[in-house]
Amino acid sequence: MTGSNGGAPEEAIGRRRFLGYVVAAPTLVAAAELVPAAPPGAAAQAPAPAELTELLDLNDVMTAAALPTSALISVEVHPDGTVSFALPRAEVGQGITTSTAMLIAEELAVPLERVRVTLADARPELLFNQLTGGSNTTVSTYVPIRVAAAIARARLLSAAAAELGTPVGGLTLKAGVISDRSGSGIDIGALAGKAASTRTQQVSVRLAPRESFTVIGRPHNRLDARDAVTGRKKFTMDLDIPEASPTMVCRPPTINGKVGSVANLAEVRAMPGVTDAVVISTGVAVRARTFGQCIDAVRALRVSWRPGTAAGKSDESVLRELHAAELPLGLRPPTPVVEGAFTFYFRSNSALEPNCAIADVRAGSAEIWSALKSPIVAQQAIAAKLGLPVGKVTVHVTEGGGSFGRKLFFDAALEAAEVSQKIGKPVKLMWHRADDSRQGRVHPMAISRVRVSYLGDRVLSYKQRHTSVSTDLGHGLGEIFTALAARLPVGDIGFSQTFFHLSQAMSYDFGLSSRLLAETDKSFNTGSMRNVYSPDVTCARELIVDQLAARMGRDAYRFRHDFLGDDRSRAVLAKVAEAGGWGRPMPPGTAQGIAFHAEYKSVSACLVEIDCRPETVDRPIRDGVGGPRVTKAVFAVDAGLAVNPRGLEAQMMGGIMDGIALALTSSLHLRDGYFLEASWDNYFYTRQWNTPPELRIIVMPSTSDQPGGAGELGVAASMAAVACAYGRATGTMPTSFPINHGTLSFTPKPTVPPIPPSPADGLNRGGPSA
Amino acid sequence: MPEHTFRVNGEQVTVNVTDDVRLLWVLRDLLGITGPKYGCGINVCKACTSHLNGKAVNPCAIPVGELRPTDEVTTIEGLATGEDLHPMQQAWLDHDVAQCGYCQPGQIMAAVALVERVAAEGRAITDDDLDGIRNICRCGTYFRIREAIRAGARNM
Repeated sequence: MTGSNGGAPEEAIGRRRFLGYVVAAPTLVAAAELVPAAPPGAAAQAPAPAELTELLDLNDVMTAAALPTSALISVEVHPDGTVSFALPRAEVGQGITTSTAMLIAEELAVPLERVRVTLADARPELLFNQLTGGSNTTVSTYVPIRVAAAIARARLLSAAAAELGTPVGGLTLKAGVISDRSGSGIDIGALAGKAASTRTQQVSVRLAPRESFTVIGRPHNRLDARDAVTGRKKFTMDLDIPEASPTMVCRPPTINGKVGSVANLAEVRAMPGVTDAVVISTGVAVRARTFGQCIDAVRALRVSWRPGTAAGKSDESVLRELHAAELPLGLRPPTPVVEGAFTFYFRSNSALEPNCAIADVRAGSAEIWSALKSPIVAQQAIAAKLGLPVGKVTVHVTEGGGSFGRKLFFDAALEAAEVSQKIGKPVKLMWHRADDSRQGRVHPMAISRVRVSYLGDRVLSYKQRHTSVSTDLGHGLGEIFTALAARLPVGDIGFSQTFFHLSQAMSYDFGLSSRLLAETDKSFNTGSMRNVYSPDVTCARELIVDQLAARMGRDAYRFRHDFLGDDRSRAVLAKVAEAGGWGRPMPPGTAQGIAFHAEYKSVSACLVEIDCRPETVDRPIRDGVGGPRVTKAVFAVDAGLAVNPRGLEAQMMGGIMDGIALALTSSLHLRDGYFLEASWDNYFYTRQWNTPPELRIIVMPSTSDQPGGAGELGVAASMAAVACAYGRATGTMPTSFPINHGTLSFTPKPTVPPIPPSPADGLNRGGPSA
Repeated sequence: MPEHTFRVNGEQVTVNVTDDVRLLWVLRDLLGITGPKYGCGINVCKACTSHLNGKAVNPCAIPVGELRPTDEVTTIEGLATGEDLHPMQQAWLDHDVAQCGYCQPGQIMAAVALVERVAAEGRAITDDDLDGIRNICRCGTYFRIREAIRAGARNM
């Protein structure tokens, strides 16, 4: 178990030793369990919520994972001196391939550019450990990846000791070369075969101590940046899969409508470039030589449609449903109270890369390519749809062009598989932007009611009732059986409530606190948009905190600072107040806002300045909205140990842009069973003209040996700070988000045909540039 | 089927396809040049931004039949010469701009055209110029884009 196999001295397995494997292979393969068993004597792991435990216990599928080596993640050292690792997560822009490579470079002492991190295909044996979500990637993989790399290091040192005739203690491994004191050195590539094992064996290893880190914790640029800026980075639609021709789907005019009949299938099949046109469960699929010809074919189809799942529904009718589903706040206490109710309209989590997938379905097998954050569920659902055994469906996880929650689902992959099976040809299926906006997943509309009671200088209680259109958490924890359970009425309520409670911390010392979630209406295609419930819940809370501070005669910053319960939280808040110049004099119509949010074992605070003066709000913007301008944003984050501070900064910047959009400009308008927004000239995500010209991210010195989550963290405090600043600048607390939802700032595009024509005026010879 | 001849990234190409197919699909689906990305298909997201005879254009809105044999299309793949990056690409690396990277080819092509236009007007880049960039980045890299454009402009 110890010593010679790992190359480390014999000793009992102590607190700082970890178990892993050397895997039988011709080259060195070192591995670790993604979720290691709790070490002897260690405190029991946090108990899983009862609902989840029950679900998992129902399934004897678990026993398949009992094989000791079935769920390993492995680091492989190659004869050319490179090191590779297949990460069982999805890279969608959050920078995890870079941070993962940094973990390996640290433990193996190899240059970062020698580490190649790819994305693993769906691996059903990993069970729920192949889900990318909950800002959990670095939290969950931080130790196992380092264990595997450290085992590789130990094996390489042992092999070098034999080669050089020097004990391991006399060797150093630096920059991928192992040297002895005489200066003789061997590249790890030359040792890859010698360090390999003919049988799989368990070994133990120590991890590099934090004080010795030279890679982890230092800012690094992204490893895929060069590919991104040269156009070489490949997304799903850039892959060259033989015979996989462009495919699009003609979709219904209302959400989830169904095909009644098609009047001109044969005619459309005869259009230039078109190879196939076929009715599928979600519409009419067309396959052609180019996507341009798909667009023309979709527009030419004459389809009669049956009503969808949200027939006749509108913002107003959903708001009535939400009010009817609200849980009571209880009797009003005799003490003074501050109370508020807030409305958050539907929002789109559409990434810039639309839903897309490639499918090659043959008799008896299928191969899928798509950016998938829950590839195991996708594999199992596709297998079920195609009537194939799971093992016959290969699912490749490709790099994603953004996710924001969208890629937790696999709508396009399922659809591509259906089309490919139906026409018997490979397809490269892409949703038009209008499809992605109108039929794609959305952040559910919600209302949030808050009541706080206080007396003198004490806050006695805090109650929040969040009522939301149901969020589809049907991707479960990454597996088909939890996914199916989440669709059962009982299981889903349990799961959503569990998720809500696990994600909503109460950071202020506000006495008795109760926060409850109620969900209603499953007729929409929803999903967990970046930061899930937190932006809305936190925004409502922080607006009320501002009211409460004012009522109690306190400064909004000092009040928060005094009521926050721990040093980390107070430190980030104090940092933005200081760096952002909290309280500085501001002209009328402009103001500051400050807010706090804790989640994913991380804490964050945001200070913004906003300009709500008419000349700013009404500045002319072609095919877009200006509105209030956030002129400055200062954000402080303590995400525990920051593996890559530069990547962490990037995630916070993105979170700020999302927060600005959620507070000010971006929403979907539901009318008569469909969303009016059909493209980026209708859906107003933050643009350059909404971006704060002054922006500063402060990564706090790490207070922890463990990384916290960061991919979604930046959104909630940012949205809340912008809302608070807007309220202060205008003198009226906003209660409906985004604040411009009441004004429709565009002319809705038709729903039949479902996608707009391709413009032809792009050449504009001699005119101004685009 | 009609034949269309024009130049892409320094090479003459000929494709057989109907006149009205937009240049974006000719590049991506027929020529395998996948740097220009699809993000809307109606010339609003600017993810496909490329250059035509040195000016920023959006191939999703250009019927291939309108191109002349002498027209020079430059995509992100043709921005640099050889393995040396264009100064704007280097600025993008220096500022670690890209997150998912999907919009970045279009962003860089728009940035280069903007800097060249502003230089031709004999002035420096302003905040208003940066505010006027219409390319969407759903990851929200806007601030680093602004920093990178200012840095890239200094080296162009």
